[in-house]
Amino acid sequence: MSSITLQNITKRFGEKTALNDLSLTIQDQEFFVLLGPTGAGKTTSLRVIAGLEKQDTGDVLFDGNSMTGAVPAERDVAFVFQQYSLYPNMSVFDNLAFPLRSPLRKLPKGEIERRVKTAAETLRITHLLERKTAKLSGGEMQRVSIGRAIVREPRVYLMDEPLSNLDAKLREALRIELVHLQKTQGSTTVFVTHNQIEALTMAQRIAVLDEGHILQVGTPHEIYDAPATTFVATLVGTPRINLMQASRQDGRIFVKDSSVRLPPLTGIDLPADFLLGVRPEDVRPTNSGEFSGKVALTEPLGVETIVHIRSGENILTSLVPGITPIGVGDEIRFDIVRERLHYFHPTGNRIVVASA
Amino acid sequence: MATRASAPNAPVTISTRVDKVGLRPKVTRAIRALVVVILTVLILLPVVWMVMTSLKSPSDVVAVPPKIIFEPSIESFIFLVTERVQFPTRQEADEFRARDDLKWYEEKVAERGQKITRVGDFPKQLRNSFIIAGTSTIFSVLFGVLSAYAFSRFKIPGEGDLLFFILSTRMLPPVAVTIPIFLMYRELGLDNTYFGLILLYTTFNLSFSVWLLKGFIDEIPKEYEEAALVDGYTRLQAFRKVVLPQAVTGIAATTVFCFIFAWNEYAFAAMLTSDATRTAPPSIPSIQGVGRIEWETIAAASLVFLMPVVIVTFALRKHLLRGVTFGAIRKG
Repeated sequence: MSSITLQNITKRFGEKTALNDLSLTIQDQEFFVLLGPTGAGKTTSLRVIAGLEKQDTGDVLFDGNSMTGAVPAERDVAFVFQQYSLYPNMSVFDNLAFPLRSPLRKLPKGEIERRVKTAAETLRITHLLERKTAKLSGGEMQRVSIGRAIVREPRVYLMDEPLSNLDAKLREALRIELVHLQKTQGSTTVFVTHNQIEALTMAQRIAVLDEGHILQVGTPHEIYDAPATTFVATLVGTPRINLMQASRQDGRIFVKDSSVRLPPLTGIDLPADFLLGVRPEDVRPTNSGEFSGKVALTEPLGVETIVHIRSGENILTSLVPGITPIGVGDEIRFDIVRERLHYFHPTGNRIVVASA
Repeated sequence: MATRASAPNAPVTISTRVDKVGLRPKVTRAIRALVVVILTVLILLPVVWMVMTSLKSPSDVVAVPPKIIFEPSIESFIFLVTERVQFPTRQEADEFRARDDLKWYEEKVAERGQKITRVGDFPKQLRNSFIIAGTSTIFSVLFGVLSAYAFSRFKIPGEGDLLFFILSTRMLPPVAVTIPIFLMYRELGLDNTYFGLILLYTTFNLSFSVWLLKGFIDEIPKEYEEAALVDGYTRLQAFRKVVLPQAVTGIAATTVFCFIFAWNEYAFAAMLTSDATRTAPPSIPSIQGVGRIEWETIAAASLVFLMPVVIVTFALRKHLLRGVTFGAIRKG
């Protein structure tokens, strides 16, 4: 297994800049997630690492060695594609054995069989080995596809949205299996997704990308609790973070078009106008709450309920545990957890709170 | 009891499935089968007539009205592969027949008052056809696959222009350029050579084969090759192991079409070949009978000439039916 370093990678497709001076280091044995919306450059990054695309400028290093001149086969990476891409003219066994039969490896027949069997057992697809790939379900296909990656001992696993074409139940099951697999093998994995839940649940570290730029790199905890921009803040977390126009007057925080007023925090230098971010779980309805509002909508999800509270012109979403007796149209009172407020410049960048 | 229409909870007893609307499936199937049978008969009738003619004896061929039931004979095939002379007198013919060292086919010919002088030209012409059509087909498909792959997968400067240029070679009927090509070939010494015709047919077929195969290769998702590339294969190995097996259908179809063109080509073959390299198509109409027009020999020649195309098409029929491509790639 290897560490990966991307140094100032730029990649253009015609007029469009897919990656713009992107730098990144992925540690050995790390489960690293690239998170971002469609067109952010996640897949391009992965393809540059694999050598399927050649960057215009910059360098890709594996364990400190430049891979720029190396073709995909020499980089010894395993790639799991979004669209499974199993070879349709081969059986499942042959698909799994295909990378092992490469002229680069030339493993003896017994060894190939042993490794295919092990991989098949790990992914519980032993009963499918003789089948043609066209006769598999989506979940089975993706297992085979992952199997094709794990039969080898590659330096890096690259996974391009491997779960996004699966149904929700299967996705959850495979998510857990993938993390388990990565832990037991101690493999370096770069996992691309646009799904923030996958990112938060699987990653050791996440890089959030948008339009070819990295916005933030950090642990799921850092990304969630200290989003670097409003973009990151809204991308991660469901329901979305509440973002409100706010201003500072007389040392107090005024939320625009709302009755919410907050005392200032110490150790923070706020501009006159800024954006205030409040996570829905930090909006807590209580009878003794400081603020008041009217319930516009409730969305009971079973484990929790999303309550939309109208306060002035703003609608705040609040996440409360379980099923709540709060009904639409109720006048309720609520509190906002002050220690967990997020402040952003009007441009979107986070205003860092000095360690208080 | 409430009527069905007014009862909101009554089960729906009328099928709304679209495939059940209209004629009963059985009736539709029968009509379809009938149409197929009629078409088949229409198309096959001349072929059947040709086969019958080739199996008739010289006297049955010209019988009026045409005989539907006749005693089959293989004289026509003997005529086809031999060069014969007519005995000048009846007496000489009878004397020749009386000899007891005659082979069975010599005897057959002798019954018609003829003597075999040597092997005919047709077998050689057929062989020429095989060499020229076969080789040019192999080249057309080989170069076609390679360039179609390149056009499909790589960024080529001026790709659109190049493809248009390739297509433009088919924009006028080849016959229109017979004279310039004839003069050019004579100047270059390419007339009456195998190479000359192979080159010509390959050139004509290549544009067709590039375009057809490009369509097929475009449909093979490039993820397959990329998967093979990261699995430790070179571009060429990936092409051979992953792309080719999936392009088989397209390659088979292209092969059949290229072969049929090269095999059937008449105008250039008639003009650019003579004895040594003459192919079958220009020879068949010039079959000269001995003392009369040998319709049965011409029919036999046509039949023999038809067989390779039938065999090639039949052998590749499975691949000619499109729609058997089974993708394991799911479009997201």
